[in-house]
Amino acid sequence: MQAYGIKISNLSKTFGRGDTAVHALKEVNMQVEPGEVVGLIGPSGSGKSTLLKCLGAIIEPSAGQMYLGDQLIYDNGWKISDLRALRRDKIGFVFQAPYLIPFLNTLDNVALLPMLAGKSNKEARQRALELLTVLQVEHRAHALPSRLSGGEQQRIAIARGLINRPPVILADEPTAALDSVRALTVIRTLNDIARDYNTAVIVVTHDDKIIPTFKRLYHIRDGITYEEQGQGREIL
Amino acid sequence: MISLAGRDILHAWGKFVFTGVGLGLLIGVTLTMAGVYRGMVDDAQVLLDNSAADLWVVQKDTLGPYAEPSNLPDDTWRAVANIPGVANASNVTYLTMQVSSASGETRALVTGIANSGPGSSGWPLRLLAGRQVSKNHYEAVADIASGFKLGDSIQIRRNRYLIVGLTKRMVSSSGDPMIFIPLLDAQQAQFLKSNDAIAQNRRRISQNPIFNNPRNPEVLDAVLDLQESNTQVNAVLVQLKAQAEPKQVAEDMRRWLRLQVYDREQMEQILVGKLIATSARQILMFLVILAVVSAAIVAFIIYTLTMGKIREIAVLKLIGTHNKSIISMIIQQALALGIIGFMVGKIAATVWAPFFPKYVLLVTQDTITGLIAVLGMCVLASFVAIYAALRVDPADAVGG
Ligand SMILES: Nc1ncnc2c1ncn2[C@@H]1O[C@H](COP(=O)(O)OP(=O)(O)O)[C@@H](O)[C@H]1O
Ligand SMILES: [Mg+2]
Repeated sequence: MQAYGIKISNLSKTFGRGDTAVHALKEVNMQVEPGEVVGLIGPSGSGKSTLLKCLGAIIEPSAGQMYLGDQLIYDNGWKISDLRALRRDKIGFVFQAPYLIPFLNTLDNVALLPMLAGKSNKEARQRALELLTVLQVEHRAHALPSRLSGGEQQRIAIARGLINRPPVILADEPTAALDSVRALTVIRTLNDIARDYNTAVIVVTHDDKIIPTFKRLYHIRDGITYEEQGQGREIL
Repeated sequence: MISLAGRDILHAWGKFVFTGVGLGLLIGVTLTMAGVYRGMVDDAQVLLDNSAADLWVVQKDTLGPYAEPSNLPDDTWRAVANIPGVANASNVTYLTMQVSSASGETRALVTGIANSGPGSSGWPLRLLAGRQVSKNHYEAVADIASGFKLGDSIQIRRNRYLIVGLTKRMVSSSGDPMIFIPLLDAQQAQFLKSNDAIAQNRRRISQNPIFNNPRNPEVLDAVLDLQESNTQVNAVLVQLKAQAEPKQVAEDMRRWLRLQVYDREQMEQILVGKLIATSARQILMFLVILAVVSAAIVAFIIYTLTMGKIREIAVLKLIGTHNKSIISMIIQQALALGIIGFMVGKIAATVWAPFFPKYVLLVTQDTITGLIAVLGMCVLASFVAIYAALRVDPADAVGG
């Protein structure tokens, strides 16, 4: 069994060196349990995106330790070798904009990764359809992204992030472009997923509509994280 | 597996088809240029085929009769015919000139054929309609490409000729239709001086007391006769006996008759290697430029298409798609564009080739070479787009 979804200790990241060096992350400590959804909030420029990129194996930290699932992925300059596979198998990404592939219908957007990885189209689509059903957008399975509403697109993007059943989901301002009703739907969806699939979810946000829903929050200021108790308000 | 390229093309087929058609027309022009060259070579070859000769006897030190002027006395053929191995030898004249009829005029290769009868060298091989020339004067057989019809009366220099027969694909090495007339008429057409020139010549000669001697009046007549007769031809076409060795017979002729003799292979070398060599290089230049322009267009289109979805590509990379999936998407699209373009080009070239005034010969070999070149070019052209796609940072998908 996994002991934790995400664990980060003493993580730092410095861009550049010498006089022009930017210490984007100075001292980050974070732990997210499987099945838990935590918020990551902080003013602009505080280091939220940088942290998410480190966690997502997109940029390399300067020092510290990171575990994803049950796997040590970074340890003071050492990192696992196949970052692409790590991103594909362990991490589900959800972005501010859905960035769906415009020429694939909803179902194939979700099924794309396993199909490209060599799974049979049938198997991949079946799994995609299950996810669309969970996210309550299965009736849009054969529509092109351009025909969907913003909220529907974002849920499709979440489904795509989930297709490989990753132990971790990283969401960067997933509700920024949505009105409050749709924003809350997306957050509820993430909560359902976390519970049903035992997934650790980090939601970067500065969206006041959804901040009260987190039970636990990390506040980041000048590259240093502070853990906070959230309101954990029920989503209706 | 899923074909990203295929789905993208289906989704944006309008854009693809339009650019494909544009590219296709360019490829069509390229194929046509190659066809023009092939047509020129073929024109040269049919000219040689149609003359039904094994050897061409021409004036010494010339590349005649097609590539350079060549004149021979019109009794040379007797000496040629006596060389061992020769089955028959026929006089022939060639003159490219404007020929007019009531309905219009055309540039034609007027060919004078000896009265040795159909089937001998120089004569039209097959008739499309009508009959061969059967009188010694004022009858003509014309190639259909001249636009003349049976029964037309055409004007060549001072005389009118009746078209009695039509041929097909009998052309000069520059693609002009051939018109066959009796040798005597043709000699006159080629060598006859203007009336003024004749009158002047007569006056000058008759003022010369050596020629105009009252005690011997026949001298003047003989001299004038000599001056005004047309006793030249351009070449002697030779057919060999079945067992004769062309190189050997040609060698004998060169040694004994002091004339230039070419066999079929040498004649082809002169026509293709010398006469149309400059045109061929000209066409090659066009081919190179067209290929570069086509490649630039494919590169530009594929680059634009790729940059149009660079965000999505960043996302694909971020969520763990292999580079090879992205590369193959781009290359497949470039190839698809190339194939659409090639098909359009091939069809366009086939449709418009017959409308060209000169023969355009589309050879399968060129089609295959063209297809391979187009596909290779598309792969090369997609490198720019691939470079851009590989360089995009997955972090761009996350934003700041
Ligand atoms: N690639 C980079 N190179 C240099 N500085 C960077 C880079 N990315 C981010 N930074 C800097 O790091 C700090 C944190 O940025 P970021 O993580 O984007 O903050 P947030 O997402 O919280 O707004 C900022 O001062 C930003 O200018
Ligand atoms: Mg940010």
